[in-house]
Amino acid sequence: MTGMDLFANLPGLLLAVPLIFAFATPLIGRYLPRARDGWVLLGMVLTTVIGLLIASAVFTGGTVAYTFGVPDPSVTVPPDSGGIPVRIIFNIDAMSAFMVVIAVVTGLCVMLYSLSAASRSSGKDGYYTLFLLLVAGVLGMVCTGDLFNFFVFLEIASLAGAALVAFRVDKGIAIEAGLKYAMLSTIGGLFFLLGVALLFGQYNTLNIAFLAERMGTTGLTTPDAVALVLFVTALAMKCGAVPMHFWAPDAYAMAPAAVTAFLVVSSQASLYALFRICFSLYGQTLNTVLLGWFIIILGLLSMFIGVTMAILQKDVKRLMAYHAVSQTGYMLLGVGVGLAVLSSPLLLSNFGMMAMEGGIFHIMNHAFYKGLLFLTAGVIFYRCGTRNLNDLGGLGHSMKWTMLFFIIGALAIAGIPPFNGFASKLMIYESVFSFNPLLSIIAMVVSILTLASFVKVFHSIFMGPKRPEFADVTEAPLPMLFGMGVLSILVILFGIFPEQVVEVMVAPAASALADQAGYIGSVMGGA
Amino acid sequence: MIGNAPFFVAMLLIIIGITGMLTRYNLVRIIISLTILESGVNLFLVSLGYREGGIAPIFTGSPDGALMVMPTVQAMTLTNIVIGLATTALLLSFIMVLHRRYGTCDIREIRRLRG
Amino acid sequence: MKQSNIVRITADIMFPFIMIFGAYVVLHGHLTPGGGFQGGAVMASGVVLLLIAHCDKDIKTLIPTQILKNVETFGLLLFGLSALAAVILGSGFFTNWLVNTGLLFGTPVEYGPNPGYLNTGGVIPVMNIAVGLEVLAALSVIAVIMFRSTEPDCGGEEQ
Repeated sequence: MTGMDLFANLPGLLLAVPLIFAFATPLIGRYLPRARDGWVLLGMVLTTVIGLLIASAVFTGGTVAYTFGVPDPSVTVPPDSGGIPVRIIFNIDAMSAFMVVIAVVTGLCVMLYSLSAASRSSGKDGYYTLFLLLVAGVLGMVCTGDLFNFFVFLEIASLAGAALVAFRVDKGIAIEAGLKYAMLSTIGGLFFLLGVALLFGQYNTLNIAFLAERMGTTGLTTPDAVALVLFVTALAMKCGAVPMHFWAPDAYAMAPAAVTAFLVVSSQASLYALFRICFSLYGQTLNTVLLGWFIIILGLLSMFIGVTMAILQKDVKRLMAYHAVSQTGYMLLGVGVGLAVLSSPLLLSNFGMMAMEGGIFHIMNHAFYKGLLFLTAGVIFYRCGTRNLNDLGGLGHSMKWTMLFFIIGALAIAGIPPFNGFASKLMIYESVFSFNPLLSIIAMVVSILTLASFVKVFHSIFMGPKRPEFADVTEAPLPMLFGMGVLSILVILFGIFPEQVVEVMVAPAASALADQAGYIGSVMGGA
Repeated sequence: MIGNAPFFVAMLLIIIGITGMLTRYNLVRIIISLTILESGVNLFLVSLGYREGGIAPIFTGSPDGALMVMPTVQAMTLTNIVIGLATTALLLSFIMVLHRRYGTCDIREIRRLRG
Repeated sequence: MKQSNIVRITADIMFPFIMIFGAYVVLHGHLTPGGGFQGGAVMASGVVLLLIAHCDKDIKTLIPTQILKNVETFGLLLFGLSALAAVILGSGFFTNWLVNTGLLFGTPVEYGPNPGYLNTGGVIPVMNIAVGLEVLAALSVIAVIMFRSTEPDCGGEEQ
């Protein structure tokens, strides 16, 4: 094996490393319990390194297509197959690479945090196995270029996620949340599979690029439209958009904080798939104005209902969960506007691309600041044993770093400069304003409501006199602070240098998403 | 017409599954409805792979020059059965824990997560 | 609840045959219908039969759960590593690197109908065996844990 071979096989290793580390964890945990923490951390670090290497290869050299099960993985279409890509292909374009970066960076921070957060709980082998499986599932979801393969990874991520949500049984309430999550994920998965079956029945292929090419020649048939409805329903449910959001607050609130921070990423992988299907699969075949408006309306509903429900909450994690629903709305809005003007090159270059860049940038920003916020909520629960806002108070005296991280996260989610939330929200406001001023105004109002809600949370957790029941509360342990610190440094860096980030990662991702011909060409060759 | 019968049955199973999930209150019955929905999807997949006069793509003892079907849908169905098994096992173990804690499987009495 | 003698003795007699049939389905997965999952499920059904027939005895001595868990991990690792070995040998992930090498399961075979040679298929039978072991162990563990938690005074173990 030479270094070159290894480099060519990175997409395969991206999947193999977390899976093999996950499978071996129970064995290590049983016979070498001391080595377990190091083992899972090593697995996550290796995955992160591989993910970042792939991402840098994609951002510098363009789309990477990786075929499974052949001696030379770069050959996507076997010469004797009559021009049909028969194998499973990982098609990693800039958008996928962007999602890979989000997944591995958040995963690493969450893993660091878990190492001390889970130190008191039992059943850690299962926890780390499931967490690595969840990471592998999410990475597979964002990399794959095959619809059925996507379904398999979706189910892996759903099952691992559901088991993690229910990990702390907590008088049965967490089980209830896990049950709800598993049930809805399964229904969503089956709808998705039905859509895949409808497409396969017509085109005899599962590869997204090849499907898009064949669909382009036949035009949109009725089963295609039914399949699209099934895909959009299933994935909107999985990404937690209103009106299919009801699992999100339960699952996010009841899962251990570290898991919640990564569940956000897993929801965003579904969001990625929604965009991938709308753009890369149906982009040229469909009247995208209608679909774009549909996604915009989903986004508006999510933004508004999410934030209004959040204001009512007493449980700090549940409140943040509703904010996650609300922030998903921004991404849907931004990318939806891009989709609505996809067929008009003039409008697309005037503001459509910028709206998409804003929406996509917001995915990354949201993963980081929301992860940070959930981790701070987890620290507070870890130290104080309660998440109820009415019982908390005066923690600013004893948990200064946590307070600082919370402020960073809260200001970022509210879109205050110089944090990363501001950068992406500004892009969304500006571009959406040229599309339809009303939408932009609603987005700003939601942002103000978000700020109001977090001011309230901040006040009730950290301000006020030191409470006697929390007298012995101390600062969070070092690995937890480290995990949060990495995320908050990213939040600040992305807020100060948004242009560089947009130029290097976000703009290629947005143009990759809009460029259906390029996506097809990367698998089919030429085109 | 008769060739379309599996598709009608599949759709019927899917509708029965969805109706069952929406109208039943017992968690075990909801899981049963979910598996019926899953069977409907599986049947739909397998029906797509049927070809008149085709045989299974296995060379062991096959006649010379026979027409073989493409096994992709069968593989998909099998994968979905495996996934379905894992999901059902997970959901049932959740229900067992819930039943032990709450003493009931009725979702009207279990619902504690609100708002 | 104690099962009748007929049930217990029949279960004991049937168990080895069920296991052998399951192993046959696993080992011939690349030649005949069936494969790792199906064979593993058949074998696990044998374990469940034992569980039902001897439900009055101590299950821990009857079915060693910890060994099964280790077998499960071994199966998963065998699957993952046999896929990864292809990368180490310099081709793509999941490449069938054993086929036509003359090694284990590596006898070359001509294209076309044949009576079915067991020693072919390369890495496919290896993966079938891995999946078969994994499914056998995982389903048995699930059955044992579910069975144990139906007893009134059980601990709160999940999954």
